[in-house]
Amino acid sequence: MKIAEKKALKRESIIQTALQLFSANGFHKTTIPDIAAKLHMSVGNLYNYFSSKDILAQEIIKYTSEVLGEEIKKINMLDVSAKEKIKMIVTVYFTMAEEKPEMIEYFLRVYLSNREVFSDGCDGMVCVSGFITEIMIFFDDAVSSGELRNQDFFSAFGLFMGYLGGMVFLKGEGVLPKEIAYYIDDISRNIYNALKV
Amino acid sequence: MEQQYKPKLLWLQSITCNGNTHSFLNHPELFSILSHFELVHHPVLESSFCMQELIDGILPCDILIIEGAFMEKGYLKSGVEVSSIIEHYADNAKHIISAGTCATFGGIFKQKDPEAISGFCFDEEEKTRRYAKYASKLISLPGCPIHPKWLSYVLLMIANDRKISLDALHRPVELYGYTVHTGCTRNEYFEWKIDAKNFGLKEGCLFYEQGCQGPYTRGSCNKILWNDMSSKTRIGTPCFGCTEPTFPQTELFHTKTNMGIPATMPLGIPRRAYLTLTGVVKSFKIKRFSERLMEYDR
Ligand code: SF4
Ligand code: SF4
Repeated sequence: MKIAEKKALKRESIIQTALQLFSANGFHKTTIPDIAAKLHMSVGNLYNYFSSKDILAQEIIKYTSEVLGEEIKKINMLDVSAKEKIKMIVTVYFTMAEEKPEMIEYFLRVYLSNREVFSDGCDGMVCVSGFITEIMIFFDDAVSSGELRNQDFFSAFGLFMGYLGGMVFLKGEGVLPKEIAYYIDDISRNIYNALKV
Repeated sequence: MEQQYKPKLLWLQSITCNGNTHSFLNHPELFSILSHFELVHHPVLESSFCMQELIDGILPCDILIIEGAFMEKGYLKSGVEVSSIIEHYADNAKHIISAGTCATFGGIFKQKDPEAISGFCFDEEEKTRRYAKYASKLISLPGCPIHPKWLSYVLLMIANDRKISLDALHRPVELYGYTVHTGCTRNEYFEWKIDAKNFGLKEGCLFYEQGCQGPYTRGSCNKILWNDMSSKTRIGTPCFGCTEPTFPQTELFHTKTNMGIPATMPLGIPRRAYLTLTGVVKSFKIKRFSERLMEYDR
């Protein structure tokens, strides 16, 4: 394996590990030595990859946003109705909350709750653009095909993502009586009804 | 000394408002340019032959300039079908220049009767039946009206026997290879997605809120300035895309958006790339761009 490839793999494993620790224990309680210990690497070596905890945190949000963006991109490429796409996006989001809860948890509990960590370098949508771009493309297609109502981007975006985020939050708090997948149909229909022409 | 042969220039009008003629009259070097040619006939300038001789079909013609849109049948001047007169001279000319959007694509006059009216060789982007016959000598100069220097560029290139590179719609690449957006003084505002709230302001880009067509419109309005000093976008008026086959759009001062996203991407820009950049860029507040350049009210 080439050195560059090795470095890239290492970098990703640091991101994955830090992602888990930050989501489970919180951003402030997790230290660089904790992360290094779990990876069996030295603190000094970890700093070779990420020069500070803040920068690591920013790279993680970029990474998760890319992963989620890639999934939605696949849906965007399909030749199906916006109604079906909404259901697929909801499914992807909830499946991720189920299978890789740390990804969504990180967004809700680290990114949204520690804005000072992200204010310099992740201003506005810089770090989440991988995901936002795909949502924009979804809306653009759905409006031009005449299925969804033309309106301000943020009112539609807030409705869509706020709803999904809210459900995953409730799941995280352990208050949802049923498995999150149980709600996919109803939630997709609600979103579609709220946004359709 | 024997006088050099001057190409014979014939300017004919079909259905037109005269706009291109008048635009050309504003060329600061008009007479020096015309001195390279023999003006056989022109609708308003003094020329060697009169209207009757023109109609008789006896004029010589090397370069034919056509102004105005076409109707296959039923548009007569002095009792003669204009299209047949123009075709007669087009058969003999070495170069045919369609001057203005009407002559090139149909333009404003096409709106009167979109089925019957078109450009000479193009009907919007479609080729008319004349295309096959005249394509080899056709140069398209769309614009409403054309910039006088676009026409003089083409004329002088021909007079000097220089080759003019053309695109698929026969427009000179040198003039239409870039968009009106190129060279616009508002580009920084475009990049940072800061829009002007009104016409006439020095600050802001006119794209989202005023419907500027600059990023979709091929033409050199911001490189070869109007009256050597200005352009629509420089003074704060949105470009309305007058050089394009789609001109005139129904909503001139409106950029159609889907949830705030332009329904049509700027020419040649992939949607994902554009949206990634705009999403990111909109989240910054750049102080220099959010302020007025001057305080007028003091
Ligand atoms: S005003 Fe028009 S041409 Fe100028 S930068 Fe904005 S979009 Fe481009
Ligand atoms: S700026 Fe646009 S509308 Fe104005 S002349 Fe140029 S191409 Fe036509």
